[in-house]
Amino acid sequence: MSERFCDIAMTVNGEAVEERIDARKTLADFLREDLALTGTHVGCEHGFCGACTVRVDGTIVRGCLMLAVQCDGSRVETIEGVSDTGEIADLQAAFAQRNALQCGFCTPGMLLTAQELLASDAAPSRVRIREHLSGNYCRCTGYQAIVDAVEAVALARNAKR
Amino acid sequence: MKPAPFAYAKARSLDHALALVGAEPDAKILAGGQSLVATLNMRLSAPPLLVDINGLGELGKVARRGDWLEIGALVRQRDAERDAEIARSAPLIARALPHIAHPAIRNRGTIGGSVAFADPAAELPACVVALGGELDIRGPNGRRAVKAAEFFKGLFETALGPGEILTAIRVPAARGDDRFGFAELARRQGDYALIGLAAKARAAGVSLRDFSLVYFGVGAMPVRARGAEKALADGDIEGAVAALADDLRPEDDVHATAAARQHLAGVLLRRVIGQMRGASS
Repeated sequence: MSERFCDIAMTVNGEAVEERIDARKTLADFLREDLALTGTHVGCEHGFCGACTVRVDGTIVRGCLMLAVQCDGSRVETIEGVSDTGEIADLQAAFAQRNALQCGFCTPGMLLTAQELLASDAAPSRVRIREHLSGNYCRCTGYQAIVDAVEAVALARNAKR
Repeated sequence: MKPAPFAYAKARSLDHALALVGAEPDAKILAGGQSLVATLNMRLSAPPLLVDINGLGELGKVARRGDWLEIGALVRQRDAERDAEIARSAPLIARALPHIAHPAIRNRGTIGGSVAFADPAAELPACVVALGGELDIRGPNGRRAVKAAEFFKGLFETALGPGEILTAIRVPAARGDDRFGFAELARRQGDYALIGLAAKARAAGVSLRDFSLVYFGVGAMPVRARGAEKALADGDIEGAVAALADDLRPEDDVHATAAARQHLAGVLLRRVIGQMRGASS
């Protein structure tokens, strides 16, 4: 059946969510407007800025380029959930310590993107960090401090292993 | 901006998807959505119906079939990047994939979507043309295969007709004597290319022959540089760079002037020839 409004069921940050939604609603707007999870930011709305980055079934995606209806049956994680579990506490602390954020608009997407890199590559070079974060715009820091923070966390996590 | 209203249907099978798009001529296929949803958000496109083909496992496979490698249209770019069979049988595609946008986008974006969308600055259309590939299409009249060289018709225009769905791309599997080269220039890693070049040749002793040079970002669709290919067949690199002046007709845009692109075409050609002369292709 094709419908303008669809019933969806998913988990968001571990909690079951069931809603009837407009098919045209993006995942980012659904999270912000329907679930009040405003840590997911909406910037360019066409995939360039990365501020809307969230995790769907364990991989990062653009929240503005995925429709909420497509997440039926999926496991969605936002910066709120990933913060609460403590998974990225060290990254968040490193960002704060090194001034890797100023206005904070890009930070949720930056953190989730950095976390995906560190999960797949325990010792990324600075070039690799820059490449992996290339889809996330920051208009405050000039990126240097962000790369520093990610690199520092990679080293610290390796030291703990 | 936000998309205009549309109806949404999740296809349960390829036949179901064909029936849905057959019943609504202006329907759009939703695969990875990484270009489509952006155009919806900007209201450059306002289809009445989206037919979501995510979940059609039959379109998500990579398979070696004799001398050909077949990549299902729904294979995600990020999965393709890590696929051992693609690395082995289609090294040109493997080399091009990391240049497509950014990791979060490649996690969703599909091989077929990139080819069917036919962005003139996209990597995969140029690769399938350079490799002499074919596109598998299903539609109301059954199955057909179209040569990549005949698939791209113009700016965002392809041979796909109403009610048709691209189901797979197929490229000749790499042989031991094949040599591949790939290079592109973008202001930022992952941005659309200012200009790029996908190339294939065959090694014959110490020389290379049977060149296929396909540029992207310099026209409405992938452009084969036949004059340069001919010069290279005679071993004349300077002649090949000069021939690009006739082969390519780049235009000015906000990203680069035509003259800059023309110059960069020669830079890329020299780089790619260097790659192909290297032992590991």
